Amino acid sequence: MTDFQTIDLLAILPEIALTALGVLVLVLDVTWRGKIRQQLGVVTAVGLFAIAALTAVFTYPAESQLLYGGMMRHDLLAFVMRLIFLVAAGFTALLSVDVDNLGRRGEYYAVLIAAVIGMNLMAASADLIMLYLALETTSISAYILAGFLFNEERSAEAGMKYFLFGAVTSTVMLFGFSLLFGFAGTTNLYQIGTTIQANSLAITVIAVLVLVGVGFKLAVFPFHFWSPDVYEGAPTPVTAFISTASKAAGFAVLLRVFLIAFDGTNLQSASNWLPLLTSIAVVTTSLGNLVALTQKNIKRLLAYSSIAHAGYALMAFTAIQSAPVQAEAVAAVVYYLVTYVLTNLTAFGVIILVAKNVGSDDVAAFAGLNKRSAGLSLAMLVAFLSLGGIPPLAGFVGKFFIFMALVKANLLWLAIVLAVNSLIALYYYLLVLNVVYNRPVAEGATEIQVSAPYRVALTALCVGVVVFGVIIAPFYDPITRIFDLVK
Amino acid sequence: MQIPYVLSIITFIPMVAGLALLAFPAEKKEAIRWTALTAGIIDLALCIFVYFNPVRPAVERFDWIPSIGVSYIMAVDGLSLPLVLLTGIVMVTGVMISWGIEDRPREFFAFIYILACGVFGVFMAQDLFLLFFFYEIAVFPMYLLIAIWGWKQRREYAAMKLTLFLVIGSLFALVAALAMYFQAHTLTGVYTFDMLKMEGLAFPPEFQRWAFPVVFIGFAILAGMFPFHNWSPDGHVAAPTAVSMFHAGVLMKLGAYAALRVGVMLLPEGAKEWMPILVFFSLVNVVYGAFVAMTRDDLKYMIGYSSVSHMGLVVLGIATLTPQGLTGAGLQMFSHGAMTALFFSCVGMIYDRAHTRQIPELGGMIKKLPFVGIAFIFGGLVSMGMPGFSGFVAEFPIFMGAWQASVTQQNPAYFWIAIISALAIVITAAYILRAVRRVFFGAVPEHFEHGDHVITPIRTMDKVAIVILAFTLFMLGVYPNWMAPLIQTGVDNVLRLLGGA
Repeated sequence: MTDFQTIDLLAILPEIALTALGVLVLVLDVTWRGKIRQQLGVVTAVGLFAIAALTAVFTYPAESQLLYGGMMRHDLLAFVMRLIFLVAAGFTALLSVDVDNLGRRGEYYAVLIAAVIGMNLMAASADLIMLYLALETTSISAYILAGFLFNEERSAEAGMKYFLFGAVTSTVMLFGFSLLFGFAGTTNLYQIGTTIQANSLAITVIAVLVLVGVGFKLAVFPFHFWSPDVYEGAPTPVTAFISTASKAAGFAVLLRVFLIAFDGTNLQSASNWLPLLTSIAVVTTSLGNLVALTQKNIKRLLAYSSIAHAGYALMAFTAIQSAPVQAEAVAAVVYYLVTYVLTNLTAFGVIILVAKNVGSDDVAAFAGLNKRSAGLSLAMLVAFLSLGGIPPLAGFVGKFFIFMALVKANLLWLAIVLAVNSLIALYYYLLVLNVVYNRPVAEGATEIQVSAPYRVALTALCVGVVVFGVIIAPFYDPITRIFDLVK
Repeated sequence: MQIPYVLSIITFIPMVAGLALLAFPAEKKEAIRWTALTAGIIDLALCIFVYFNPVRPAVERFDWIPSIGVSYIMAVDGLSLPLVLLTGIVMVTGVMISWGIEDRPREFFAFIYILACGVFGVFMAQDLFLLFFFYEIAVFPMYLLIAIWGWKQRREYAAMKLTLFLVIGSLFALVAALAMYFQAHTLTGVYTFDMLKMEGLAFPPEFQRWAFPVVFIGFAILAGMFPFHNWSPDGHVAAPTAVSMFHAGVLMKLGAYAALRVGVMLLPEGAKEWMPILVFFSLVNVVYGAFVAMTRDDLKYMIGYSSVSHMGLVVLGIATLTPQGLTGAGLQMFSHGAMTALFFSCVGMIYDRAHTRQIPELGGMIKKLPFVGIAFIFGGLVSMGMPGFSGFVAEFPIFMGAWQASVTQQNPAYFWIAIISALAIVITAAYILRAVRRVFFGAVPEHFEHGDHVITPIRTMDKVAIVILAFTLFMLGVYPNWMAPLIQTGVDNVLRLLGGA
């Protein structure tokens, strides 16, 4: 190995800082007693946001390069994704503070931070071994988080189910990795991309095997079965985290592995697996939306809705099949992820507060929310309209970019699938809003108290949703370069 | 005199006011109402100023997402300016009529104002992205307004139906608009959503052939075009008074305007090709809408279907692609907007007191509510197209346009369309007169004299609103020259794009 350079340090600065933060939280966990433990979540959140700021200011990659003997890649994709994970985790920590048996436990925050480290490395890794380690770091942390309330049957079941599904799919993917190594003779994604032959049947098979693992992270059909149960059973902040950051991490892997190792920039090799991805996207979206129609539990409803949203982003990705659209397709995926993460976190923030007050996750628990807390109902309105793709909220712009990529790639039929699906989705989002605004308040319900961390988090998230829906260019323009810089 | 950025100010005053209202404490209802009214009046004053100012406001523009050619461009022309004025009028009168809303007035006025912002935006936007942006902003508050404050028995069904119809229309139009954007790039090498730059680009005929009907119908759904019209009467019946006024008065014009602005003006060749077919659908609107209106006993259904019929005349006027027809369509949009707003406010006042809208259950209202009775009859005369009222001023050119189209396009079908649609006025007269006779004349049903359903006089605020609307219609009827030449300037631009057809 050559001399250690500044760039080597900068490339893993966020992870170093995260490790320090994790240690800090654990130390505080041991030393803090009594009421002050409430601040554990706030400390974590502030730390995560500070690291996000640090990352944004100091680690912007001037040029893409492979580091640590080809283990990691320091590029724009990793940079943007890291910011998404850090911000999502920061909000998750803020939204956890008042949750019973969770909000005051240091190890919860430490595991959350560990998951973020894993995700950061997932987005940056350029080597099969590194990638697998990062994936497992994330996954194992996520299993623990989902089953964190081990005294509660639902949570324990969620953790177990998540773990079993995850173990099986990751084994299949590992098998795919081993085959990939066998064919290419190297574990480096970038070298694999140049050595494997296009058009070979073996590559298609390997792509399917790898897709099993990635599809599990994305919760796309047919690897989505775990998500409604896990979302319902896991503690709600964890659900928020899994449905946003973890999904985004899956997309980071999808982008790098399929664009580089499976040579997606080359249309001929991409044609081996693109039809498969396209059909998965269409089925995932339609299935997610149709099943969501029948859900009575808000967490399950959002689980199916998030399955559908993963399908939308996947649709955008399939637009890479047209050479001039590739950069826009990748940008559409990333922009959509950003808008989706912010929006879903908002929705889950409201759900946490309502569920804490009412003691139920049913949609019916939201009856008359407007009369019980005007602020929360407004946050709910912002979140659900953004999910439905209504301007001036972020969801509209995200969807617009997907439409644009699809139409430009001449995939009009996919655009129409997306349009019809948006309509179905809008239907059930509006039904929830109808409950919020229009159903009578239950007997004896009181005004919902919103404590300071939640107020800050929800306000910031709502502002974020509007900002990404109105001030678009400063965010969109840089991410259009992700595609060129990832190559 | 010029006010810089006046168009943006007009558009965003309602949005700012709406958001500010949400910050009020819920129990300060009086303060909320007065704040809403004040904001509305300021906005209307600006609309009137812009309308009568001989100097057209400058185009307001800045780059929004330059990398994909999205700009924020606001401008008005002869076609949109009357609609901006109409929106201002309906907004203020809608607030006045809603003075008595006791259930969450804060949210009610806030949503109405967010809706108004979207409507103003669509009428002024000169960029396709911006147009869709505002269009969707205008659609979603309707859902909540109808679902929360609407008529209990139908509101959730009607609100959902309305929203889904409108959104699917706009999504399809969006896909076609994006296709236009990429076509324009192929032709010019520049990515832009700027409609002023897209105007006059010769899109390939085969492209226009499929894109035009998608765009036109996608928007025309909002104008209540047959066979996608039946969300509209359902929506009217379920909506609270002010929302009905907005819905029929302004929102349906939004659809017709956008269909004209994006469909006809950007894809003229497609328009020429498809119009003979669309003209048939609009004829169905006119005749079928009028017949259905005659069979309805619910006053709101009756007016809802009459709106379908009258909006059919707007689409007919556009579809003739003649100067007279287009001018008539422009006038009809304004006249019908103010007229239905008047109708719905009258019906709302009757319903608030009598708790029924069934024509057979009412009677003698002119004795109880003389002001409402006179206003309704006035609106009825407009609706029937009596000479001297604005309906005549608007509808006559449409028939002339259809007649003329039979000559210019050498298509005798237009001749018959002109005759049949003119005869539909007879049906209109029949149902309006029937309603006037049975609701306002005859004996007052016993139970309206005392007890729970006693008819109380209307508020001063209601009277002011009625007077504003009636005065507007009256002025247009007796002196159309304050609007017709203006609309003609807009029509000239459309005709220029159509190649002098």
